[in-house]
Amino acid sequence: MVSSASQPAIEVTDLTIRYGDRVAVNGLSFQAMPGQITALLGPNGAGKTSTVETLEGYRRPTAGSVRVLGLDPVTDHRQLVARIGVMLQSGGVATGMRPAEALHLFASYYDNPLNPDELLELVGLADLRSSTWRSMSGGEQQRLSLALALIGRPDVAFLDEPTAGIDPAGRQLIRRVIADLRDRGVAVLLTTHDLEEAEKLADHVVIIDHGVVLADGTPTELMRASQGDDVRFGAPSGLDVSSLGVRIGAVVTETSPGEYVVASAATPTMVAAITAWLAEMDLPLADLRAGRQRLEDVFLRLTADAAEPASEPAATRRRRSRR
Amino acid sequence: MKALLAQTRSELTLSLRNGEQLLVNVAIPLLLLVFFSAVEVLPIPTGVEKRVDFLAPGIIALAVMSNAMVALAIGTGFERHYKVLKRLGSTPLGRGRWVLAKIGMVKILLILQIALIVITAFLLGWNPGGTPLLAIPAVVLGAFAFGGIGLLMAGTLRGTVTLALANGLYLLLLLLGGMIIPFSEMPGFFGTIGKVLPSGALSEVLQSCLRAGAEPAGSAWVVLGVWAVLAPLAAVKFFRWE
Repeated sequence: MVSSASQPAIEVTDLTIRYGDRVAVNGLSFQAMPGQITALLGPNGAGKTSTVETLEGYRRPTAGSVRVLGLDPVTDHRQLVARIGVMLQSGGVATGMRPAEALHLFASYYDNPLNPDELLELVGLADLRSSTWRSMSGGEQQRLSLALALIGRPDVAFLDEPTAGIDPAGRQLIRRVIADLRDRGVAVLLTTHDLEEAEKLADHVVIIDHGVVLADGTPTELMRASQGDDVRFGAPSGLDVSSLGVRIGAVVTETSPGEYVVASAATPTMVAAITAWLAEMDLPLADLRAGRQRLEDVFLRLTADAAEPASEPAATRRRRSRR
Repeated sequence: MKALLAQTRSELTLSLRNGEQLLVNVAIPLLLLVFFSAVEVLPIPTGVEKRVDFLAPGIIALAVMSNAMVALAIGTGFERHYKVLKRLGSTPLGRGRWVLAKIGMVKILLILQIALIVITAFLLGWNPGGTPLLAIPAVVLGAFAFGGIGLLMAGTLRGTVTLALANGLYLLLLLLGGMIIPFSEMPGFFGTIGKVLPSGALSEVLQSCLRAGAEPAGSAWVVLGVWAVLAPLAAVKFFRWE
């Protein structure tokens, strides 16, 4: 029962949320479509959780409006909860409860739930017959939380940091389940500060910081939009950039320790010149990106620009935005 | 209906799986009943033939308090702490059915527990008098009064504070509530306080229902009724889900 693909499943319009004097979200607008994974990306304190909790109906907007499946999350709460699935960042299950019990219980809340036992199998918890929530590992708890978000066949799934603190195998499994959801037409909104996650998984990325949208588009668009005429590479920090610059005939800057930008088009000759110089110096090359930036570059640049006045050194700004 | 039944069953299962809670709920009242019936250390009101005749109604009152107040407060307080209530808020279960499930759980546990106490009391030679049928509405009013206090604590305080306060309050209300120590043996000041407490009102009412020759409990019914209305109202007003 997915709304037609042209209608946004989530609409946030000029959303403002204040806690007393503190502004958590400041005029935020974005949309999320059915059949897409939208990643709400931002550093801690950017306003991600406040935004999502407003969409889930836990808090009212101070100003602006939010609609989920065309419904107001607070006034139409009853109708909405039957059609959304929520995965909290932590907790949410009674500590004495076993995975199968939790899924069967949650299944009873919905009219047409998934089969709890199949779902348990899907998230790889079928073997945990007698473990209670308190004895489960962080990864197992996350997978159960995800299953609980899916049991009611939601049209919209809100997943808060779904793979935070999980081992690589668990992360793969969770990503596969989330991708499946998208393929079945669910609108998935996931919050994360894991750039790799957003880059790998999301169809649509909304980067926010200090409660405002810094960028909004597909990962490819975002990476292309901010693509400059430059070559980026990673190498040991403190290289003699002026000597390298003279050698290759282009300006080289160390943007953060061990991260270098060469202000030149990424021609094969230029790339060859850079690697030749490194080889002469017997220096390792960590990575080299010509033209296409990683989402991380976009994210760090945007959140750094938003965080601090431009006069501060780039390296300082980056470290702050990483927190 | 399916959700309500499943929720009630889940609440019951979790309670029964919780050993500490069973200890407070079941073992302590039974221990007090057996011990103080057998060992003549506590005073009993004049004119009472057997100790168990005085103790049984008080221990039933204690069971209501430990179940509806202590266990409910601690259980719900930790559910709130671990965001269980927050998570339920985004399911179709709804607050109404959640509250009904909690009431159902307390009701079933109380029936089981009171049955155990009554059987034990009979084995100790209990000879109830008065109008035992009136004990049923008394227990219901008591459960609402204590349940309201329990949810008020759970919904406003941190989980650990709720744990400490519920246990402290348990002891205080037990000692001042005329449950095992009769009001007639307390200095007037304590007795006066005790009789306006929900524990005092409930044990006075239960004494009048279950013991021949106990004083009629007119004003205690009123006190109990007031607690049974005000405490749940306060809980509804001040409860915070996260």
